[in-house]
Amino acid sequence: MDCLKEVKVLSPTGILGYGFPEESFLIGLAKNPDWIAVDAGSTDPGPYYLGSGKSFTTENAVKRDLTLLMRAACERDIPLVIGSAGGSGALSHLERDKKIVFEIANEFGLSFSFATISAELEREFVVSEFKNGKISSLLPAPEIVEADIRNSAHIVGQMGVEPIIDALDGGAQIVLCGRCYDPAVFAAPAIRLGYSKALAIHLGKILECGCIASVPGSGSDCIMGYLRDDSFSVEPLNPLRRCTVTSVAAHTLYEKSNPCFLPGPGGALNLSETSFCQESERRVKVAGSSFVDSGKKTVKLEGTRFAGYRTISIAGNRDRIFISQVESILEDVKRQVAENFRRSLFPYTLDFIVYGKNGVMGDLERCQHTEGHEICIVIDAVASKQEEANTICSVARSILLHAGYPGRVATAGNLAFPYSPSDVAMGEVYVFSIYHLLEVDETSELFPVTYYNIVGGQVR
Amino acid sequence: MKVRLLDVAEVIRSKNAGPYELTLDIIFKEREMFERIVASGRIDAELIARLYCIQPENVLCVVSYAPAHAIKATIKRPVCSGNFEDRDVYGAQQHAPLMDLEVDLL
Repeated sequence: MDCLKEVKVLSPTGILGYGFPEESFLIGLAKNPDWIAVDAGSTDPGPYYLGSGKSFTTENAVKRDLTLLMRAACERDIPLVIGSAGGSGALSHLERDKKIVFEIANEFGLSFSFATISAELEREFVVSEFKNGKISSLLPAPEIVEADIRNSAHIVGQMGVEPIIDALDGGAQIVLCGRCYDPAVFAAPAIRLGYSKALAIHLGKILECGCIASVPGSGSDCIMGYLRDDSFSVEPLNPLRRCTVTSVAAHTLYEKSNPCFLPGPGGALNLSETSFCQESERRVKVAGSSFVDSGKKTVKLEGTRFAGYRTISIAGNRDRIFISQVESILEDVKRQVAENFRRSLFPYTLDFIVYGKNGVMGDLERCQHTEGHEICIVIDAVASKQEEANTICSVARSILLHAGYPGRVATAGNLAFPYSPSDVAMGEVYVFSIYHLLEVDETSELFPVTYYNIVGGQVR
Repeated sequence: MKVRLLDVAEVIRSKNAGPYELTLDIIFKEREMFERIVASGRIDAELIARLYCIQPENVLCVVSYAPAHAIKATIKRPVCSGNFEDRDVYGAQQHAPLMDLEVDLL
C-alpha cells in the first residue's frame, strides 16, 4: 500500500450545542485540518427526546456552534460532518438542525453542497424485519414483541460510516446525519481515503467527546486528531489542557461495557493490543488497535414509546421524628391515595424519591440509614392523562402534608415547599422500547441521502 | 495490608454504557498499586454484587485494563435509564460505594 500522508481531524466539542472556546477553534484552524467533524447526540439524556421529537440542545446553542464550524468549512473548502442531528437523530431532529444550517447559510451567504442522511425507520419496516427474524436483543435489553415496535413513537437506526462515505462520494461538503454511531463522522472521511478502519474508528471514539480525554477534561473544548498509516495522535488545542497516556487510555473505558472489545456497526474494535505513548508534553500517540469484522451487517435500533404524563411536587422535611419514620409514612400515603381513588378506574403510578436516604441510588443503595438533618421528597405521579397525573400528585401531596404519625409534634404540616405552585406538570413521559440489533444486507436503503446545492445562501 | 480505594485511585466513576447497563471505572494513580490490587483478586463480581445489593449474575463483567491501570465493572441496571423508578438517568452518581471500599492486599 502507498504511504498515506498524515491527515488532521478537528473535533470542536463533545456535542454540537455544548459550546467551545473560539480561541481553541482558531488554533485548530491554523493547523489546517483536513476535515471538521462533530457528534450532536446521545441516548444519555434518556428516552424523552427521541420519543417527543424534541432536542436536548437548544436552537441558539447549536446555531452558535454551527455558525463557527460552517463558516470555517466554507472558507477552507473542507468537509464538515455532523452526527446524530438534534440529539436523537430522528426525522424531526434532523429537520431542526437542517433549518439551522439553512439559516446560517442564508445569513452569511455561504455556498456549499449539502447532504442530509435520514436515520428514522418506518414502524412497518421494523415489524416486517422482526417477523423475518432479523432483530435480536442487545443484551441485557429485554426481548421485544411486535407490539413494542408498533407502540414506539420513533425508531432510529444508528448509521455507520457507509452512508457518510456515500454522501461524500456524492459531492457533499457538509453532511448532516440522523442517528449515527458516534465515531463514524470522524472516521468516514478517513476510511474513504483508505486509512485503517480500526485506527480511524478508534480515533473517532476519542475525538467524539471533545476534550474529555485530556487533563483537565472538558466536553466543551476542541481537540485535534492526527491520523497516519499505522498510528494516530491526539492533542487538545487549548494550551491549558494536555493529553496524557492515562487520560487517553482511560477514555477508552468511558461509557463502554468492556475496554478491550468495543462493538459497533459491522464488527468490533479490539483494543487489547493497543499501545499508548507520550509523544510530546501534550500529545499522545496510539497504535495497535484492530477491527474484528462480524461478517454481517448490523444496525443498532433505538426506539421509545409513550408511557403517560407526569406531575411532580418537590418538598423538604427537617423533622427528625418524621425522617426516622419516612418509609412507613410514605407507604401509608400510597395506601390512602389508592383508597381515595379505588372507585376511579384510571391507572396511575405513584412514586416517592427520598433524597437524604436513597434518592440517588434507589435499589442499588446499601446504606439504608439517614444521617442528615433534612431530606427532600419528590412526589412523582404518572397517569395516561395530564389531568389524572395532576390529580394523583395533588392528593398525595395534601395527604402527606397533613399525615399524622406516631410521636408527631409538628402538627401544622410535614412539608416545606420551595415553590408556589407546589406541583409541576412535566408533560409526556417516554420509556425505551427498542434497543436491538437489526441484521441487514445493505445499509444504504435504511439511510437515504438527500442533496441540496446551496449557492450564496440560497437553496437551489 | 488494607488500602482504601479513594487513597490509591485518581478516578472512581460510574456512567451508563447504553440505557441498560451501568459501568464503574476505577483508575489507579500508580501502576504498581493497580497490579497489586489486580493480583489480590479482591475486586470481583461477588464484591461488586455485595456493594450494589444485586445478584452476582447481574454483574456483567469485571475486567482490568493495564494501559489505563484501570479496573472496570459493568452491571445490569436494575431499571432502564429514564424508566419508572430510575433515579439517575445518566448513571453518573452511582460510584460512591467504591470510594470507601477497603481492599485487603496479599
